[in-house]
Amino acid sequence: MDARVSPKANPSSTFESDVREIVTAKYVRAAGVSDAVGGVQPRFVVEPGSEPELAKALKLANAAGMAVIPRGGGTKLEWGNPPARAEVILSTARLNRVIEHAWADLTVSVEAGCTIGKLQDTVAKHGQRLALDALWPERATVGGVLSTNDSGALRLRFGSLRDLVIGVTVALADGTVASSGGKVVKNVAGYDLPKLVTGAFGTLGVITRAIFRLHPLPKETRTISAVTTDLREAQRLVLAIQSSKLAHSALQICCRGEMQPRVDVLFEGIEAGVRAQIDQLRSMIGSARIIDMGSDGWNARQEIFSAGKGSESEFAIGKFACLPAQIAETIETVATLRADELRWSIVAQATGVGFVRLEGAVSTLAAGLRKMREWLEAREGSLVIVHQTGGIVEMDAWGRTGDALPLMSAVKRQFDPLGTLNPGRFVGGV
Amino acid sequence: METRIFDELREIVGPRGLITSREELHTYECDGLTNFRVLPRAVLLPNSTDQVQKIVRVCHREKIPFVARGSGTGLSGGALPVENGVVISLTRMNKILEVDFANARVVVEPGVINLDVTARVAAQEYFYAPDPSSQSVCSIGGNVAENSGGAHCLKYGFTTTHVLGLEVVLADGSLAHLGGKTLDAPGYDLMGVFVGSEGTLGIATKIVLRIVKRPECVQTLLAAFPSTNEAGAAVSDMIAAGMLPAAIEMMDNLAIQAAEAAVHANYPNCGALLLVELDGPVAEVAELMAHVNEICSANGAWEIRVAQSDAERALVWKGRKAAFAAMGRISPNYIVQDGVIPRTELPNVMREIGRLSKEAGLRVANVFHAGDGNLHPLVLYDRRISGQEEVAEMLSSQILELCIAAGGSITGEHGVGEDKKKMMSKMYSEPDLETMQRVRCAFDPLQLSNPTKVFPRPRLCGEKPGEYVAHPLETAGIAERF
Repeated sequence: MDARVSPKANPSSTFESDVREIVTAKYVRAAGVSDAVGGVQPRFVVEPGSEPELAKALKLANAAGMAVIPRGGGTKLEWGNPPARAEVILSTARLNRVIEHAWADLTVSVEAGCTIGKLQDTVAKHGQRLALDALWPERATVGGVLSTNDSGALRLRFGSLRDLVIGVTVALADGTVASSGGKVVKNVAGYDLPKLVTGAFGTLGVITRAIFRLHPLPKETRTISAVTTDLREAQRLVLAIQSSKLAHSALQICCRGEMQPRVDVLFEGIEAGVRAQIDQLRSMIGSARIIDMGSDGWNARQEIFSAGKGSESEFAIGKFACLPAQIAETIETVATLRADELRWSIVAQATGVGFVRLEGAVSTLAAGLRKMREWLEAREGSLVIVHQTGGIVEMDAWGRTGDALPLMSAVKRQFDPLGTLNPGRFVGGV
Repeated sequence: METRIFDELREIVGPRGLITSREELHTYECDGLTNFRVLPRAVLLPNSTDQVQKIVRVCHREKIPFVARGSGTGLSGGALPVENGVVISLTRMNKILEVDFANARVVVEPGVINLDVTARVAAQEYFYAPDPSSQSVCSIGGNVAENSGGAHCLKYGFTTTHVLGLEVVLADGSLAHLGGKTLDAPGYDLMGVFVGSEGTLGIATKIVLRIVKRPECVQTLLAAFPSTNEAGAAVSDMIAAGMLPAAIEMMDNLAIQAAEAAVHANYPNCGALLLVELDGPVAEVAELMAHVNEICSANGAWEIRVAQSDAERALVWKGRKAAFAAMGRISPNYIVQDGVIPRTELPNVMREIGRLSKEAGLRVANVFHAGDGNLHPLVLYDRRISGQEEVAEMLSSQILELCIAAGGSITGEHGVGEDKKKMMSKMYSEPDLETMQRVRCAFDPLQLSNPTKVFPRPRLCGEKPGEYVAHPLETAGIAERF
């Protein structure tokens, strides 16, 4: 941030003793190698046990001019640009309670450090779910998933986090604790700050609590997978399904290397409805071959992230957004690269959001990512590099942000004038 | 305002795009909330983004506050002019610019009427989902400002769910593009904050909307209950059974009488009426509708009808959508309230509203979006009786306080505007409001875009230390420095 103001001198030794006062000595420790973020080694790990403790610790670090990296489960800590500075890891691990499951109102209030898995287990007891298929649900936390705006295939029907979160509480760098939204689904009082902090990568404040709207668990769930002859056929099928009257919950194209593109369709609801829709779908599929792989197809996004890599190569993962009718063309920008030099796999949702994994020599990787980003940005799309091993590709993670960047920088200055939170990790150096 | 400024503005919009005569300005002195009235200094009618930018640049240079206005149907005074300010009316920017069926996107100018979007795509069996009751006259720009809802947002979401991108003229006249035709544009979701910001962050001049395919079938059921308690219990049972209807609406007896008198919707005369709409695949709707029917019977519904044709369905909805205006049939004056409660609080809140109504000696008619707990109590009064208007206003505020106490909100879809600024402090703490206003300061440090709305006290931004310059709001006596 160019607006960074020199903080008051306050040696880190004072910070360490002061922060012990707040969270007790047990929950302040020296950071180890495994706490590094994007190759930057922080000095302390602080684990507050409550929202006020977290806010106080944050305020202290801010006053001491120390850069703070908020951390939940740490599953997506490599996403975004490496931090310009990192002194304190502020962990939400101990803020892990489900505060209130108002099942009759279909809402849940939860602390930021609660894992998605625990949240889902809790609400499932009343036959409900947070309609979100996040990555690493057993470890990823509410705060981390919100901050990285991580949503999967269910987004097609239920929207992404911005549509599911109805309230947040955030601790700002200066120690202010502020809430916005509330526990009712419909609410237009004041600015919609839950949306502002969703996907903000913790650069505006540390999310301490969130309230979500829930959906009933479906009584019946069925997946139909169809192997198509080529990308164009897969694209045609996806558009045909999208413009039909089917009420599917998710729809994606999966492909990699030489594999024929596969289209997965998820139906949820009551038995009679699901059955009738599957019959309708079969009549639309044409020459594609239906295969039975149960619900396995929906692991494709997680596999992009979890797959191991060859010892001779590096890999990078990008999240892209294109127009729904341009999915095939987007995939072709990668598919037409030389197959002997680059391995790739892609899962693209019918919303136009997709994930690409490229594996190969560093130069080939970079060329592939650049080509794809250039193609997408020329068509109002985007490619964000969410993961790359060891910062191998010298590219900004975010790409073009357009004419809204000055406004984004101004928002950052208002919320975090000293640039304490996740400095340099977000768009345009924010 | 000096003559040279009028001349400059006239130069931008042409002589027919500038209104300065007192008689004509009266048209713009209020929106749908008519008890607040302020005469603007001028009204401008731009026909392009370029003209909006030029007007706003003049306002910024001269520190003239401006208020954007769509169709003026808002119910919270959001489009109320500010003293010594101008109104920028966007009604001439009313073109649908692009329709893209393959990607289910429509690009419109802000003055386009909500229902016209659906009309344009209906032949291909698409529709634009947000359906405020005023949809035949309200504009998309106004919907964006207010994050308008409607009866079907229970299933389909609000305006913010269906807006994908915005072209915005900021308070200094510069242009910014928020969101876009594709999802998850890198950076902060400023579009998410802009939608529902009630014109305080700038003026939307182009809007990318998502359109939705019509469901295979739609069925609407009407059930008559002895009282709102039984109807409310039926709603809870539907939710507990894991259903997500497209809409669940409730009207109490007074509201039913008014709607009957106004549009003859042929509603049964009962204590509470429930209107449940299901949509989706035929097989699913048929089975679920049978289940809804059972739930209503089990909770004491003594008459249940399912609309058998589109015409019948339209009539059922006509009564509901006309409910506010229909109050004129049973009361000379009324206040439309908009509050939200967790659905489970419905019986308690209804009982309390009944008690307060009795205490005040005024009738309250109730119309609500029962599925999401959004209440529209209508406080009926007679302005000619001395003191009754004040009692009505007091009762209306007390109902909002009930909503806050129940863990709800002071507005579900009508906005805060001028009307509910004071209630904001009851719903949010000072740090909450101060934090929201940091966004305002980032967008509009001089606070020229619809100042004086939403927040009880403006936060002065003063980003740059240096010589003290009196803020225009201070000079106008609207704000003070802390």
